[in-house]
Amino acid sequence: MDITGPEARERMYSVMTLIKACDERLRKGISTGEFMTVFWPPRGQEAIAAGIAVTLRPDDRLVTTYRGLHDLIAKGVPLREVLGEMLGRQAGACRGKGGTMHVTSPEAGVMLSTGIVGAGIPVAVGLALAARRQGSDRVVAVTFGDGASNTGSFHEAANLAATWQLPVVLVCQNNRYAEMTPASHTMRVERIADRAGAYAMPGQQLDGNDPVAVAEALGAAVARARAGGGPTLLECLTYRFNGHFFGDPMAYIPKQELEDAIAADPVPRFRARLLADGTLDEPRLAAIEAESERAVEEALQDVLAGPPPGLDELERDVYATNAGVPR
Amino acid sequence: MTEMTVRDALNRALDEAMTADDRVLVLGEDVADPAGGVSGVTKGLSTKYGDDRVLDTPISEAAIVGAAIGAAVDGLLPVAEIMIMDFIGIALDQIVNHAAKLRFMSGGRTPCPVTVRTAVFGGLGSGATHSQSLEAWFMHVPGLKVVVPSTPADAKGLLTSAIFDPDPCVFMETVITYGARGPVPDETGYAVPLGEADVKRTGRDVTVVTYGRGVFDALTAAEQLAAEDIDVEVVDLRTLVPLDVPRVLESVARTKRAVVAHYATRFAGPGAELAATIGHELFGDLEAPVERVGARFAPIPAAAGLEAAVFPSAAAIADAVRTTVGA
Repeated sequence: MDITGPEARERMYSVMTLIKACDERLRKGISTGEFMTVFWPPRGQEAIAAGIAVTLRPDDRLVTTYRGLHDLIAKGVPLREVLGEMLGRQAGACRGKGGTMHVTSPEAGVMLSTGIVGAGIPVAVGLALAARRQGSDRVVAVTFGDGASNTGSFHEAANLAATWQLPVVLVCQNNRYAEMTPASHTMRVERIADRAGAYAMPGQQLDGNDPVAVAEALGAAVARARAGGGPTLLECLTYRFNGHFFGDPMAYIPKQELEDAIAADPVPRFRARLLADGTLDEPRLAAIEAESERAVEEALQDVLAGPPPGLDELERDVYATNAGVPR
Repeated sequence: MTEMTVRDALNRALDEAMTADDRVLVLGEDVADPAGGVSGVTKGLSTKYGDDRVLDTPISEAAIVGAAIGAAVDGLLPVAEIMIMDFIGIALDQIVNHAAKLRFMSGGRTPCPVTVRTAVFGGLGSGATHSQSLEAWFMHVPGLKVVVPSTPADAKGLLTSAIFDPDPCVFMETVITYGARGPVPDETGYAVPLGEADVKRTGRDVTVVTYGRGVFDALTAAEQLAAEDIDVEVVDLRTLVPLDVPRVLESVARTKRAVVAHYATRFAGPGAELAATIGHELFGDLEAPVERVGARFAPIPAAAGLEAAVFPSAAAIADAVRTTVGA
């Protein structure tokens, strides 16, 4: 597939609307008391995930974070697995034992979602090491925020990935806040992409709210990694519309800044572009949006009707076998 | 049987595992030749198997263990080396939040069969940041196995089991006993099952429950006490998780007196769990309270006289045994 051609653009818009619909439906359900869960909304960051959706192969690996809903959907984790896990149901990706922050779906290539900022990057390096050892040309993408680029894990892993020239792409989703602190308060560099230079790897800053720009940059980085050219750091500039976690009072976010970010919402922005350049017409766009909302509602109702995990799950998967292990 | 040192037994375990299964790889600081590890445990392996299976790493403990975890999740059997156990703090997030929990959090979808070898440097006058026995930290984390060999045969057999175990193992070595000699079975792939304690000396009066370096001290103490007509049984736990409680209780039920001994800090050390278990299960049968021998609750000092006063010893174990028999 031409990753920026019409077919890919339609796919990207479909993924973006699916993420948006899922994010909005989750927030609606939590705020009305329909169900309870913890949620770190990715709303506003859909375009980066759209780029992932059209550049990674099914067997490529993805490592993401607690704010991973968009990445999970983009990588093809079934909605029932994602929602089931978030809502603590047996049907969840991990039978409700992982939760929102820890959705794992190896069949879709999602090998880890971590709740520890920065910790996924060293693991991604190991996944890439395994790919090389196994003679596979699969690549690993690892997503993380601006805050993670201040962790020792980021720097240790970036150095190791570069030293070993492993097939890994470091996708920094710079949404301008590390939890509740603006990035400008926690680093002197203006471009996180510049940190790549410290490890002699290519670094690129790009408009993370433009799915075509993301697809182009990520596509190039993935191709380079697949061909043995080593890692790349991509800094995708974006914004999160709902703060750190759903329920965050967001007192630390200037009102005008948020209004400007929402005015530049990547989803309607991409819609307008597709309409203007003739890729998709109004009925088709509306149909994609309706289909996304329907798919989310169907999966959600299915999940809500399902059972929670049984208490026997506490005895399962702590170890391969329980002989001699404490209770 | 062949007589060899603990160091050579460990090397043989790694060598045979790498020959038997090309999923096994070794990574860590200085592990490749010509260094072959700071204590020579991995000597010859990179020459024999190549530097893509025996990987020198930067001094980046989080990345070493993180990469090992990623490789384990994707089908390899990595053996990561943390040169000195005190350095493991840098990698603790990866061990505690990732290796230990990935099987459970993923509902069994991403088991993590990683082995983390690490060595305790206590007894060499290296001071507080190069001398600690931190096994109690890892016993407290569900999902980890904690393995501590004493003899060369156990070193070989337990490391072999740890490498091929489906769960993450923290494998603790003791530098001061690397040169200890003993017979090792010649059988290729000789393995000692995890979770089986071993009676290193039979006796009828008092059971000393210990592991690792403590076994050597306990056997020395037992020889001294034999001259006093006190017959000591020495139970070598070999693994702390899983814990062979039945074997411990069987022994203490016979002797009715127990001493637990280790180089970890006595306060809240592994001996506390053992003493509580023995006291609870054999309450009423015991002829004396369970005695505990462990390191003093102080940072480990460098000066020889001070260091010796902090650590347990054969003399300290012998004194504890005498206390239990009222001698």
